[in-house]
Amino acid sequence: MIISVASGKGGTGKTTIATSLALSLDRELQFIDCDVEEPNAHIFLKPEINASETVGLPVPRIDPGRCVLCGHCQEVCAYNAIAVTSLQVLTFPELCHSCGACALLCPQQAIEEIPREIGTLETGALRTFSGRAIRFVHGRLNPKEVATPHLIRQVKARIEPDSLVIMDAPPGTTCPVVQTIKDSHFCILVTEPTPFGFHDLKLIIELLKQIRIPHGVVINRCDIGDRQVESFCEEQQIPVLMRIPFSLDIARMYSRGVALIEADRQYRRKFQEMFEIIEPRALQPDSLQ
Amino acid sequence: MKICVTAQDKDLNTSVDPRFGRCGYFLIIDTESLSCEAIENPNRETGGGAGIRSGQMMSANQVEAVLTGHMGPNAFRTIASENIQIFLGIAGPVREVVEKFKQGQYQPAGAPDTGSHQTPLS
Repeated sequence: MIISVASGKGGTGKTTIATSLALSLDRELQFIDCDVEEPNAHIFLKPEINASETVGLPVPRIDPGRCVLCGHCQEVCAYNAIAVTSLQVLTFPELCHSCGACALLCPQQAIEEIPREIGTLETGALRTFSGRAIRFVHGRLNPKEVATPHLIRQVKARIEPDSLVIMDAPPGTTCPVVQTIKDSHFCILVTEPTPFGFHDLKLIIELLKQIRIPHGVVINRCDIGDRQVESFCEEQQIPVLMRIPFSLDIARMYSRGVALIEADRQYRRKFQEMFEIIEPRALQPDSLQ
Repeated sequence: MKICVTAQDKDLNTSVDPRFGRCGYFLIIDTESLSCEAIENPNRETGGGAGIRSGQMMSANQVEAVLTGHMGPNAFRTIASENIQIFLGIAGPVREVVEKFKQGQYQPAGAPDTGSHQTPLS
């Protein structure tokens, strides 16, 4: 079963919820941090990283010996990533979308695809308080790179089918988030009871309804703000899975890299109860076909 | 000699447009006769690679020098690869700029002076 944790608005507490859920369940599971632009789950889970590899995107390399400057590659490139000048062919790898059209369609077969590094993928492991193994995967996109969904796809390729998987999603509602959550069996939405939190929560709920993933809401800092989120969830019959009051202590511990359930042991039971609400509502794995 | 000046409008009375890739007009000017052809820039609204496409128009128009305010790395590379001279930091009325160019008051640029304006891939 794959449970993803998303939000809409950033900074509401996705990683807080995802990491504490993983630690509270006290079972073997896989934790996947898909926020490749800014992975931070490792700060709270503290996995021992045992493998690291670079991830690349294919970009064209022109063989000047075979190229006749016909200009066909430039014509087929939809992204202006190839410019044929009077003397040579210039490629612009940062504009390349790796579609492969230029290499496929060059009449002289003068183009090969070579990898351009965009980030790294790391795997590791940690143990829960009672010694159960949590297998950990995250990706880290290099600065200035924009191919976030591609790296997320590589990270998700490490998912072990038939495992319980908890996935920390990136913030927002655009391509990186869709790429992360699209085949989840359940999605936990973490929000805060403020106008921004409410606005962006409605966007992500809209998305989840379209891709038909069961979902529920965690209201973080529930006692500071307004009642719009609560009312909305009641109207729409969206389960509120947990309410977390604001606590300066929790915030302080967070800033020191201490997970919520370690800062306040009472939350362990709350996360276990949340999982008991989620489990029957999650999609059955074979129903995703 | 044929030069290109990026411009805000269609004739020599207008001012230099400080942008290259997404400028309003490319004025192709013969420095001897001062004849001026105005090309409306087709790349203003393009998603990415405006600098590259605009750069390629320079060699297509047999221009020997490009005068503009600022230029990013993609346009710079495209134009420099055709051995066309590039002058940056150019501003003011186009007529005056052409005169100053003819008097050798401008130095060619060895490198782009702005970063790339990159469009997100997603």
